[in-house]
Amino acid sequence: MKKYKEQAMGIIFLLAACTSIICVVLICLFLFSNGIPAIGKIGIKEFLAGSEWKPGDTPPSYGILPMILGSIYVTTGAIIIGVPIGVFTAIFIAKFCPEKILKWLKPAIDILAGIPSVVYGFFGIVALVPAVRYTFGGNGNSMLTASILLGIMILPAIISVSAEAINAVPESYYEGSLALGASHERSVFCAVLPAAKSGITAAVILGTGRAIGETMAVIMVSGNQARMPSGLLKGIRTLTANIAIEMGYAADLHREALFATGVVLFVFILVINLLFSLLKRRNG
Amino acid sequence: MKRKEGVIKDLKVKLLSYKKSPVSFILFLLVTVPACITFFILLFIIGYILINGIPHITIGLFEWKYTSSNVSLMPALVNTILMVFLSLVLSVPVGVFTAIYLVEYTKSDNKLVSIIRITAETLSGIPSIVYGLFGFLLFVTALRWGISLISGAFTVSIMVLPLIMRTTEEALKAVPDSYREVSFGLGAGKLRTVFHIVLPAAFPGILSGIILAIGRIVGETAALIYTAGTVAEIPSGKDFLFDSTRTLSLHMYALSSEGLYTNQAYATAVVLLVIVLFINWLSGVLAKRIMKGNQA
Repeated sequence: MKKYKEQAMGIIFLLAACTSIICVVLICLFLFSNGIPAIGKIGIKEFLAGSEWKPGDTPPSYGILPMILGSIYVTTGAIIIGVPIGVFTAIFIAKFCPEKILKWLKPAIDILAGIPSVVYGFFGIVALVPAVRYTFGGNGNSMLTASILLGIMILPAIISVSAEAINAVPESYYEGSLALGASHERSVFCAVLPAAKSGITAAVILGTGRAIGETMAVIMVSGNQARMPSGLLKGIRTLTANIAIEMGYAADLHREALFATGVVLFVFILVINLLFSLLKRRNG
Repeated sequence: MKRKEGVIKDLKVKLLSYKKSPVSFILFLLVTVPACITFFILLFIIGYILINGIPHITIGLFEWKYTSSNVSLMPALVNTILMVFLSLVLSVPVGVFTAIYLVEYTKSDNKLVSIIRITAETLSGIPSIVYGLFGFLLFVTALRWGISLISGAFTVSIMVLPLIMRTTEEALKAVPDSYREVSFGLGAGKLRTVFHIVLPAAFPGILSGIILAIGRIVGETAALIYTAGTVAEIPSGKDFLFDSTRTLSLHMYALSSEGLYTNQAYATAVVLLVIVLFINWLSGVLAKRIMKGNQA
């Protein structure tokens, strides 16, 4: 009887462990089976390289190039803003920070990671949008605003992964450099950092993934016009925003085109995740 | 006071030493300034929302029924609690059992284990809007559950699964092997050892992961907007699981995108922020406690 129970529970644990595999398979299955036919109907070239997204027109046009570019531009902006601040903060935390300040800085980064994206978005609406409008002109709902907000949002991910990478560099590198007469700063920048390079790259990739996948905060500050991006201070629509905004009322081919947008986003993310885990494995 | 003077003196000595090497000083500034920026961004966001929001917290905001005049967040709050409860009922057993399987029941590196790890990593990287799409396709459409509490709960429970798995796995690994050996030595079976010895010892760590998951669920918007919907009412009656609901984050999104209730949106942001920060703090405290426990 007892043995029977042991075996039964063993099987239950095994089944539970397979859940995550089943989930990934289901997600791929449902997303691809609903999205791919639409790409076929629209035509892969028209869909990926078409610069017009006008589902309401007759005949409708479903080109998601503006959204692909939108996602890429906003993410690049977020990286330009978030990576320098994030990586240097990580260096500060790992190698420069006195114990007393660390006690404040560490929780601060945890809090930054814990703020929900709607709250970031709301902060964007009430503080960043007006600030951008007054400083740079335009109406404030722009690529620049979205980049700044996303740059802030990816900070915690970049900081924690890069700090981990820097801490993982053997202390002997640093000590060796000091013994050769280099200053503390020089040792950190010239001996420790190059050794942590792949870990820091992994952090940047993780941040890229976060930025591309972010939805709510971007919708709230970026204007969401579905046209080709035309400037830093002009509105922009990302892939994620395209799905979230139009899912509510889309029907038929329009709805399928949104699933197809999801497929494109999903492929982006899979490639980014693959890069991330490859780099992380090499680092570990 | 004396200590403070000591710190200032240390800093002075340090800054004077840079006189000889300006490059080092520039590098020092290069890392210190961004760290300050990070810190002040946080202070600014939190401060801005608290200062603008706290004066607008009124009793009307917590009335049981939502109307367009009181913009009450109470129904959304109750829905959030329901959503958290349901999602945890679904995801915690699966996540914990998976971790038990990975830590206690397999010899480190077989093929299945590495597949499980890769899929869990994939799940944790998928953006929430993609979960939203998937939930819409599977639960709302294919299973015909409609836009409802239960569709939303299933969707977010998949989303937090990797988080619960990972934290539980770490907690289980932190339990010393001697516990297991003693239990086996006393004649207990594997199952008994897991449930009576290992799980209780790992409990604070598991709980810290679960609380972190609660924080994620409370803050989630994109995955829920087309699975749980945006109706600002507490679900009731026999089929309450299949009623459309609006959680606090969705409520917040609805308020701020309508643009009519800025003051109430500020107040709601404060409530949401306080809840999420409290949850994260609690998780941190628990995690710290197990670290201390393991050192002792």
